[in-house]
Amino acid sequence: MTELRGYKELPIGAVPFRLSTDYKTGDWRALRPVVDNNKCVKCMLCWIFCPDMAIIWDGEQIKVNYDYCKGCGICAHECPVKAIDMVPEPSE
Amino acid sequence: MAQQTLPQIPIKKGEPAYKLWIFEPEWKGELPLILNPRQLAEQKRAAILPGHRLCAGCAAPIIVKLASFAFRGPTIVVNATGCLEVATTIFPYTSWAVPWIHNAFENAAATASGVESAIKAFKKTGRLPWDHVDVVVFGGDGGTFDIGLQSLSGAAERGHDFLYILYDNEAYMNTGIQRSGGTPKYAWTTTSPVGSVLPGKTQHKKPIADIMVAHRIPYVATATPAHWLDLMKKVRKGIEVNGPAFIHALSSCDRGWRHDTALAIEVSRRAVDTCYFPLWEWTPEKGYMLTDRSLSIARNPKLKQPIERFLEVQGRFKHLLRPENRHLLRDLQEWVDKVWEDLLNRAVNAPR
Repeated sequence: MTELRGYKELPIGAVPFRLSTDYKTGDWRALRPVVDNNKCVKCMLCWIFCPDMAIIWDGEQIKVNYDYCKGCGICAHECPVKAIDMVPEPSE
Repeated sequence: MAQQTLPQIPIKKGEPAYKLWIFEPEWKGELPLILNPRQLAEQKRAAILPGHRLCAGCAAPIIVKLASFAFRGPTIVVNATGCLEVATTIFPYTSWAVPWIHNAFENAAATASGVESAIKAFKKTGRLPWDHVDVVVFGGDGGTFDIGLQSLSGAAERGHDFLYILYDNEAYMNTGIQRSGGTPKYAWTTTSPVGSVLPGKTQHKKPIADIMVAHRIPYVATATPAHWLDLMKKVRKGIEVNGPAFIHALSSCDRGWRHDTALAIEVSRRAVDTCYFPLWEWTPEKGYMLTDRSLSIARNPKLKQPIERFLEVQGRFKHLLRPENRHLLRDLQEWVDKVWEDLLNRAVNAPR
């Protein structure tokens, strides 16, 4: 049996030290948002409402970061011109 | 070191897609409150990073993201236990781009008081390299309505300068949808099941924002992520006032409310359209002021929709739409109308 450590030897609290950007949540996705940039009016509502910060505005067009997108479909539902389609992920 | 792990996504102009909020010690001034969405997308970055493990379609990260666009400079976030806390900081990962501290359910506001007092002490002795450091608390409804009410009330009474943002998903969603003080009447939860005996929860929702108004703190408001401009303005006002501020934000939960993940924003919008969750702000000088969509409804009552519009998209209210439960629906509608009428009578900018 190992000896118990006193409070002085223990680290102070639990300190998370890695950023969650290392953890790709994209594999949760069942439906994939696909942006039609010809229809897009660049209103940025998808960028504002995306809960996963997966919509990226690069200065010219909207892109989706599929590393993090969980496929909830909020962007497609909120798009005023229906420029985002939710298509099923291809099965392996 | 940590910065290198951020994905480097090329952005032609403006800032990188994800960044940590680092303020140099000589940094002065205030971050601007940008309300133009395209400028916002080019210049602002959220204080919450992707890769958090909140459910797909959760509205809590949207509230955090929108609130962080309205932060005015160095900010410390205090987080009560809840979905947001457990899903954003699963060891060893953290999703926060700002300094963040977690404490238990019951003492988030007490922790914020301590942080704020420490900032004050540092400022007094000249050890604070910035003009102002803001304290923002994110608490869920369990940690605010039920367990954390005493610490919130105490901190409001002592007058500490912090902003408390309650993201209200109307039950203890993190532990499996148990009823809380924030659950509305007739809602299904696992501890208030719907059956032949009970029609769901039999008590009304606690009027938490009115409880905070009764403390006569400098700023109280309600907000939803669907009305995002309104939410950002209110967060900035809450940070700017000198003293405690409280924002009650409705945060839909697709697992607990039993709706489609894509409807998170739509549900919040319907909550305001049916006057189930009116948008208002309160200050000691002006009193109740309706804002955004609720002000439009007050001016043009035709815009007010029946409560069914809010209930029909949610599985937790499915039993209310059955023909034998019409009296329950009428009861809920009467209650919503009464609360709305009461608010109209109190609001200074409502038409008489």
